[in-house]
Formats: sequence, C-alpha cells, structure tokens
Amino acid sequence: MRNIVVFIDQPGSALGKAGKELLTFARGLGAPVAAVAGELSEAVRAELGEYGVAQVLNSNQAELFEYSIVPKAEFLAVAAQRVDAQLVLTGNSAEHKEIAARLAVLLDAGVISDAVGVVADADAGIQVEKLVLAGSYTVSASVRSAIGIVALKANGVEPEAAGSSSAAAVETVEVPFSELALRARIASRQARPASGRPELSEARIVVAGGRGVDGDFGPVEELADLLGAAVGASRAATDAGWIDHSAQVGQTGKTVSPQLYISVGISGAIQQKAGMQTSKFIVAVNQDAESPVFEIADLGIVGDLFTVLPQAIEEIKRRRA
Amino acid sequence: MTIVVLVKYVPDAQFDRHLDGARHTIDRAESILSELDEYPLEAALQLAEARGGASAGNRIIAVTMGPESASAAVKKALQIGAYEGVHLSDPALAGSDVAGTSKALAALIDSLGPVDLVLTGMASTDGETSLVPAQLAARLGFGQATFAAALELDGDLAVVRRDGDAFSEVIEVQLPAVISVTDQINDPRYPNFKGIMAAKKRKIEVLTLAGIGLDPATVGASGAQAVVARSQPVPARGAGVLITDSGDAGIALVDFLADQKLL
Repeated sequence: MRNIVVFIDQPGSALGKAGKELLTFARGLGAPVAAVAGELSEAVRAELGEYGVAQVLNSNQAELFEYSIVPKAEFLAVAAQRVDAQLVLTGNSAEHKEIAARLAVLLDAGVISDAVGVVADADAGIQVEKLVLAGSYTVSASVRSAIGIVALKANGVEPEAAGSSSAAAVETVEVPFSELALRARIASRQARPASGRPELSEARIVVAGGRGVDGDFGPVEELADLLGAAVGASRAATDAGWIDHSAQVGQTGKTVSPQLYISVGISGAIQQKAGMQTSKFIVAVNQDAESPVFEIADLGIVGDLFTVLPQAIEEIKRRRA
Repeated sequence: MTIVVLVKYVPDAQFDRHLDGARHTIDRAESILSELDEYPLEAALQLAEARGGASAGNRIIAVTMGPESASAAVKKALQIGAYEGVHLSDPALAGSDVAGTSKALAALIDSLGPVDLVLTGMASTDGETSLVPAQLAARLGFGQATFAAALELDGDLAVVRRDGDAFSEVIEVQLPAVISVTDQINDPRYPNFKGIMAAKKRKIEVLTLAGIGLDPATVGASGAQAVVARSQPVPARGAGVLITDSGDAGIALVDFLADQKLL
C-alpha cells in the first residue's frame, strides 16, 4: 500500500476541517502518514488515529515558525523520504501552495495546486482533477515523477472518520535545515481580528457585498450571521475601504466554491464572476436588471438590497421561531 | 541595484478563454500584459527612482518567456517605464509546467549577471497557480518573500508585510531575493506619451535556450513533471429565475433557500 504524506500545520488543540478533508482523501488513495509541524497534543494524536493515521512524523523545531515557508518544505521533504511516500497532500492556502512548490523542487517532483479531487487509477496512477481559466475548464492531470505533490482546495470531500481507530505511532523528526531555509525571518506576527465567522474559502455559504451596499455592510453581515456564512466582497467594496481586503472574492482575491453564494449589490464584472462562478447555487440581488451577475444567477432579484435583505432576515427569523 | 520584473503575456479575461483541445495548452489569442504584473513593475520603478533612477546605474529589466507574440508584454512594460527588456523565446519552451517555467526563468536570470531583486505579481492571470516565484527562488538560491502588501529596502534587507487570513506578518529577507507583490502594494502608473516614445528606442533582447545554456529536454512538454491528460469545457452556467421586487422578493429569497435545504 502506498504511503500518502498529509501535511498538518500547527493543529493546536484540535484537527481542523481542512486537515480532516486531506486525511479523508488520503485514506482513499493509500496509507495516510501525518507530517505534523508544531506541538502534537494527545487530543490531536487521537483524532489522527480516528482518521486512519497509523504513523505520525512530528517536528516542533523553532525554525519552522521563525522563518518563512522553506523550513516547512524541508520538513516535509524529510518526512516524505522517511516513509518513501508516493504522494504528499497539502492544503491550498497561499502559504501551503508555496510550501508544495518548494517541496517539489527539493524532491524533483511534479506539483499540482488548486486540486478539487484526487483519484487512484489502476492504470493511469494518481489522477488529479482541477478547474482552470476561472472554472471554465476541468482538467485531469498527473505527475511523471516518482512522487507527486498536490495542494487540495477546501470543500472537495466531506470529512469522514475511518470507522476503526488505532493509536498513531509518533516519531520525532529532526530536520537539518539548510542555510537557504533561514533567509527569510519572520520579524513579527500579529493575529488579525477574528470575525467569529467561517473562513471565506472554506465556508459552505458566502454572502458578498459590492458597490451597491454603499458603505453599509450591516444587512450583508446580519444575513451572513443568520446563515452561518462567511462575508465576502467585490474589489470595489474593499478598495473603498468598507471592508478588509481579505474579504475580496475574485480574480485578485479569493476563489470560493460554496454551496450557496449570495451576491448583493455586485454587478458581476468578469473578475468577480471568476472568483465565484463554481458555487453550487448563486443568488443575486441588484438594482440594475442588466447586471452581468444575473446571467449566472439561479435566482436573480432586481430590487433594493436595503428592503430585500431586511425582509429576508425577518422571514428567516420568523420561520425559525 | 538591478531589479528583474517578470511580466507575462496572458489571454485577456474580458474575452472567452480556451484550452487547445489536443495539447491542453492555453489559446493565446487576444492577449495582454497580465494586470497583476503592473504592481511589481510599479514597485521596481519606485525603488529605482528613490535611488537615482537609470542615470545612477540602477537597472529595471522586464523579462518574459513565451512565443514571439509575448514580446508585446515586454514592450508594454518598457512603455510604462522599465529600462530594459529581455524575451526568452524558444519553440522547446512550449508546454512548460511550473518546474520548466521556473528552470527557464532561473537560467535566464542567471545569465543577466548579478541581480539584487526579482519582483513578480502574486499570480499570473492565466495559470493562476502562484507557484512559480517560490520555485524560482529555490532554483536561484535566493531568499523568498511572497504576497507582499508592502515592501521596503533597508540596506541589503527587504522588509515585507504579508497579510494572511489569520495573521499579518513582517518578513525580513536578505537580498538577493524573489518577492511577489499583491494588488495592495501600490497604484500602478499608466504609460504616458514620453514613455511610449522612449520605449520605441529601447531594444528588446531576444534569447534562446542555447543562449542561456539550458538543455531543451529539461523544459517544455518534454521536461514537464506535471502533465494534463484530459481537458473539458465546463458547461456555461445559465440564468435561472429573474424576478423584480414588488414587495415580497425577500420572502422569495428565503423560499429559494428553503427549497435548496440551505436554511
């Protein structure tokens, strides 16, 4: 059975949804081996066992967190070689994609990012599915190298425990970091204010506001909180300073594929569409009936968001009462 | 100082973009300079100008690789203000993956003599992987700092602010370095008449793989480590129901959510 190394980055006190998704994928392809950077708590070790991990490679060396990206790639390279892995899976955040890229150079391997699925094909080996050109094409790709590196997007699979759990054996790894790994020092690190909402690229529902909210994200945020959704924004709204840049959905922001995307006061320029058109359902509210967003909306509402949203909010509260 | 800015000629996202059915490569008709490459170019211009510009010996070299038409990206960069332009053009580059692209760019940059800084956009707007800057830094043996929302130089130290979802970090990286920048870092300038006239006098140096000493077998389709076996257009999304609010559209919205079991 092939070994699949799954990168678990600083799990803290519990395994996150992203890590559980990666392990669920890995189990379908071979034997998952967790490479954990950072402290490994007993609780996380137990969770790894529940997700089918029999072997954990762990490093808590300070360099992993004092320097940017490369030390984590070198740790993964050591882990992959230790277990003779055929595949390494990472998340698809900006940081994790770059770790995947550097790891690929270290292992002289092919790297595929933004993957939405991975399947093991008896003839063709490991096939990776991804969407390209802003979701307008699906491609199936594979690597020619002995080991493949794949960065997987969130929401590609429903996390599922293995059924039978066993205690994972933990082995501590000491990485001999290179001089190159210590070139970019993290001089300071500041936590950004937590919104309490789900992370935009992982959320099941996204409510996004644009120029039409005219500086008032109140109704967008209220609807989002009722639905347990993340709040997104168009570039016009972030450039205007109405909301933090990290909320931006689109070609120069984040790409999201939630179950439901509610677009509010956004005309739907091509760059914005590129970030959200792979959502399962799209609902759009806009005053201008000619808005391009209506060309792709499952439900389009031509109307004033400041009357439509409050009415929807009241109706949801009424039905839940 | 010598700053290399990577520029890419990409299909204009305002039009429908296509993959070539047989080779799964991007059809490059109706292409433009990638919008995200204007930000590193502006950053380079500001850094060089603060140090006396071209007359003080600073160099800003706009570099691209790709087919003959890709020269247009370098030309545009020269019009905006880059001091020099280099185009790596070789039929063997066709079909390069991330590994091949970063190998070719590393060999090209090595051939330019000492370079202090390589600036790139946060992603190309065609491949959209953001993987090339990291691999390029690895192959050049340079430091790396990516997604810079702010960049300052302090002697031979680059100080970069990077805003992630959970954290904002300040990264200090020794030069030489590869730094990618986001669209938050500056407001790019437009080419003006003076720049357009000056660009006409500047020659774009065209290099081949032989010219930079790189074996063609290591790049392009023959050297690719990641290959696409199949590609398929996703059926276009159609419009669904469009209603005009006559006083109960908010209820209709909730009905829709209930029908899709999203409440």
